[in-house]
Amino acid sequence: MLNRLLIISLAVLPLSVLHAAEWSNQASIEARYFFDDALNPKQHDSNLSVTFESEFYHDWDDDQQRVVFTPFARLDQHDSERSHVDLRELYWRRSFENTDLYVGVRKIFWGVTESLHLVDIINQSDSIENLDGEDKLGQPMISLTHSTELGDWSLYLLPWFRERTFAGLEGRLRPPFVVDHASAQFESGDDEKHIDSALRWSHVIDDWDVGLSWFHGTDRAPQLIPQTTNGTTTLLPFYAQLDQIGLDAQYTYESWLWKLETVSRRHDNRFSPALNRSNATVGGFEYTWYGLFDSATDIGLVMEYQYDSREGNRAPIANNDIAVGGRLTFNDVQDTTLLALVASDFDQRERFISFEGSRRLGELMSISLESRFFSNTSPQSSLHSLRDDDYFEATLTRYF
Amino acid sequence: MINKKTYARILPLPLMLLAMLLPATAFSVDVAADEKKGLEIAVEVDLRDEGFTDSSASLEMILRNRHGETSERQLRNKTLEVADDGDKVIIIFDTPRDVKGTAFLSFTHKLEADDQWLYLPALKRVKRIASRNKAGPFMGSEFAYEDISSQEVEKYTYRHIKDETFDDRDHFIIERDPVDSKSGYKRQRVWIDKAEYRIWKIDFYDRKDSLLKTLIYDDYNQYVKKFWRANIMEMTNHQTGKSTRLNWKNFSFQNGFSEKAFTKNALKKAR
Repeated sequence: MLNRLLIISLAVLPLSVLHAAEWSNQASIEARYFFDDALNPKQHDSNLSVTFESEFYHDWDDDQQRVVFTPFARLDQHDSERSHVDLRELYWRRSFENTDLYVGVRKIFWGVTESLHLVDIINQSDSIENLDGEDKLGQPMISLTHSTELGDWSLYLLPWFRERTFAGLEGRLRPPFVVDHASAQFESGDDEKHIDSALRWSHVIDDWDVGLSWFHGTDRAPQLIPQTTNGTTTLLPFYAQLDQIGLDAQYTYESWLWKLETVSRRHDNRFSPALNRSNATVGGFEYTWYGLFDSATDIGLVMEYQYDSREGNRAPIANNDIAVGGRLTFNDVQDTTLLALVASDFDQRERFISFEGSRRLGELMSISLESRFFSNTSPQSSLHSLRDDDYFEATLTRYF
Repeated sequence: MINKKTYARILPLPLMLLAMLLPATAFSVDVAADEKKGLEIAVEVDLRDEGFTDSSASLEMILRNRHGETSERQLRNKTLEVADDGDKVIIIFDTPRDVKGTAFLSFTHKLEADDQWLYLPALKRVKRIASRNKAGPFMGSEFAYEDISSQEVEKYTYRHIKDETFDDRDHFIIERDPVDSKSGYKRQRVWIDKAEYRIWKIDFYDRKDSLLKTLIYDDYNQYVKKFWRANIMEMTNHQTGKSTRLNWKNFSFQNGFSEKAFTKNALKKAR
């Protein structure tokens, strides 16, 4: 009897272990070509870059416990800042009846809109990766999620702040001056050790997906303050303290998705105390026509208006802009998709134009193409520093 | 929809009334009997699958184009039976590798639109998506979303056509018309065996009433002494020459899944 049990468990064990613990890896090579000569002679007109990302996870205790480990590394041909490593995830999760406890480094996403993410604030942007702000640095935290009949409640304690990444001297897509990380300043006397906290409630009520969030801590977006020492001007990142309340909601009806994100912020800003309160909103819709001309192809239209009350040099790029985009989904074996987006500023008339396309190659590879243009900029406009950085990018990714 | 309108414009009202009344009076008895029998068969099919509580399985999809080139997908699914409504389903994608970790949650409903969410692992983002796309292909395959969605009696109207014997089995042949105008089909012809009320074959007719696809079920096994599941489902598209084969594995019933495993929060944790 004991022998038989042993044989059965030996036969079953490798299967269950295989299912519950797994490595997946991906490597990519990216080539960028800039159409115009760089503003700074130290910058380059073309660039190659490679990345490696690995993910390990292991489940045990009847799936009540999990560890996840996701290291990331990039090696860049020219930009020493863009060559970087990051711990995207390294956490342990313990699940109880209706509660999940997480300890470690995680990535959290909040929000619903497509053209701008206002509510999403837990993770710092790894903005050196891509302009779209969707690449994030891992955030150390202790968090609890409690699920009830009246929605999910999540509490986050964030004991260590991550500084935003910016392109270095030889990198493109950066302000005219280099951001000097070493002299970053914090409003909080605890610097990056300030313990930030956040609370979120989210719920699904029929066709509505809603979330309310509150954040108290170091703002993820720094003010960049020019300073000149020995004739060299650099930008000093200043991270203020921030209280932010956010609302995100989506209403789904047939082929319509109606989306809204809005935040109310209070900065403790010692440089301009009069401008401490601000609010921002992004909202609009996405509509999809399915099976175009009796084919499998879908076409989606996205339109979102972006507003931010901050003015002058504190105004972000998206402060009174309309973003209009089209998405073609071919629903083919290779998952081919094309996305075009134009964001125009009502005040400054500047335009950001983006084209993206992606498709799978065989079973283990994918290719994505991206091209972005900054047009109609004027010396007053927020995109002015990127006026000569129109680019085309091709990325080949291999999974193994 | 459009056809009806055109009709109304062309035919004078008295003629139209006549056209509506005539077939009804002439064939009403037979039509009603066929419809009654068709519905009875559909209800019996549904009844035989009632009470499975929950199930899980893994699935290999083999997509074949007209040149015979193939492409594979591996997925796993979990289903929770919901009384008086459609089932709740989670699907987890293992391959192709670029979509690994993507997970799909659907609260299916009998008549109203399903509620659907997609988890994108690279962004850690859960997106509510429109479920209007019933007729669209699932993962580039020959299966439409409506083909893999939970089958409910209320989704069609039925009529019994005739009986047929093949492979040593006696079958009912019924036809069912989708109630939802967004369905990609005008009608489906379904072969159901008389002994166990299992579906063996479905012919799908497109909106123009041309034969579009045929689905063949094979290698049925019975679980917990009640529920029959086919290990093989092969869909052939007659208009494009493409086909998709589903190889089901590891069926498991009554695992004790709870509602909590079918929420947005659970979707983020799905593996």
